[in-house]
Amino acid sequence: MLTVSIYRYNPEVDEEPYMQDFEVDTHGKDVMVLDVLEKLKIEDPTLVYRRSCREGVCGSDGMNISGKNGLACITPLSKAVKKNKLIIRPLPGLPVIRDLVIDMSQFYAQYEKIQPYMINNTAAPAIERLQSQEERAKLDGLYECILCACCSTACPSFWWNPDKFIGPSGLLQAYRFLADSRDTATEERLAKLDDPFSVFRCHGIMNCVQVCPKGLNPTRAIGHIRNMLIRSAT
Amino acid sequence: MVTSITSLGRSGLSDWLLQRVSACVMTLYVFFILGYLTLNPNLQFAQWQALNSSLPMRMFSLMAILSLAAHSWIGMWCVFTDYVTVRLIGPKATLVRIFFQLGMIAVTLLYTIWAIDILWGI
Ligand code: SF4
Ligand code: SF4
Ligand code: FES
Repeated sequence: MLTVSIYRYNPEVDEEPYMQDFEVDTHGKDVMVLDVLEKLKIEDPTLVYRRSCREGVCGSDGMNISGKNGLACITPLSKAVKKNKLIIRPLPGLPVIRDLVIDMSQFYAQYEKIQPYMINNTAAPAIERLQSQEERAKLDGLYECILCACCSTACPSFWWNPDKFIGPSGLLQAYRFLADSRDTATEERLAKLDDPFSVFRCHGIMNCVQVCPKGLNPTRAIGHIRNMLIRSAT
Repeated sequence: MVTSITSLGRSGLSDWLLQRVSACVMTLYVFFILGYLTLNPNLQFAQWQALNSSLPMRMFSLMAILSLAAHSWIGMWCVFTDYVTVRLIGPKATLVRIFFQLGMIAVTLLYTIWAIDILWGI
């Protein structure tokens, strides 16, 4: 039997959050953490969490699994269970709505700030804006982000200033558009980032790289943004 | 764009660059002093005074002092804006933070002026 300890909080009923223990029989199989939650949800329908695709593409089931942020649907028990115990908490640093569901407004507000869309006011060509293979290759490792927030909610700088520091996820996306050969707003984008908070609150702690379930590297993207700022400002 | 009026350079990039440059200057300075002391084990007052009152050394010391001042300003500013915030300690945080930041700036300037005074008094 596996002991699963889950963070529970229903603001309408509970005065404060608490950890609830469940016993789960996994029949010795190395299933995903999400499978365990689904099983528990049948037992206790009041347990609340987000999930959709259950295959690591939608980014909705980011949670703190035995101390490390990750997607429940692609984290196998063998990677998460320590001493026969699985501990599940909501992603840290953002307000909890209920159980494992957090309020991601601040995370999205930062994403919105970096203008996550192509800006190009030149006349559109007849068919499409073309890129060379090299230009397209620059977007690899950037466009794959699924906005799961595992990285930003693992970042101490984001915990302390979620309203001012864009955070690893937003900055990875900022660089995705800075690096895009079809985007013409590079200078305007850079100008919005050169304050002591937006980018420079990153102290290179690299928690973000450690947890990204898609294997992306926000710290490297932040370094690229910094280099672009240095190039344009000196 | 997030505005901030108590950071040293106002711009994130200039603070970042200053932080790196000042760290290098201080490292060089510490290595120079340590190196000088190990190479001159029987150092006497006269020689030490001659070194420190020479113009190049005064300039070097001055750079190290200014670096220390800039480095600590930027560093302390970061610490205050991380931990002395409304988010962490409630609505009184803004006043407390302004108090700490202005205090930090005053102390840094006082120490810097005092250090320059000492340097030119050698
Ligand atoms: S490297 Fe930067 S963005 Fe990533 S966790 Fe550390 S401080 Fe946050
Ligand atoms: S960078 Fe990785 S961890 Fe961060 S939001 Fe994107 S996919 Fe999630
Ligand atoms: S359920 Fe979609 S990423 Fe896990």
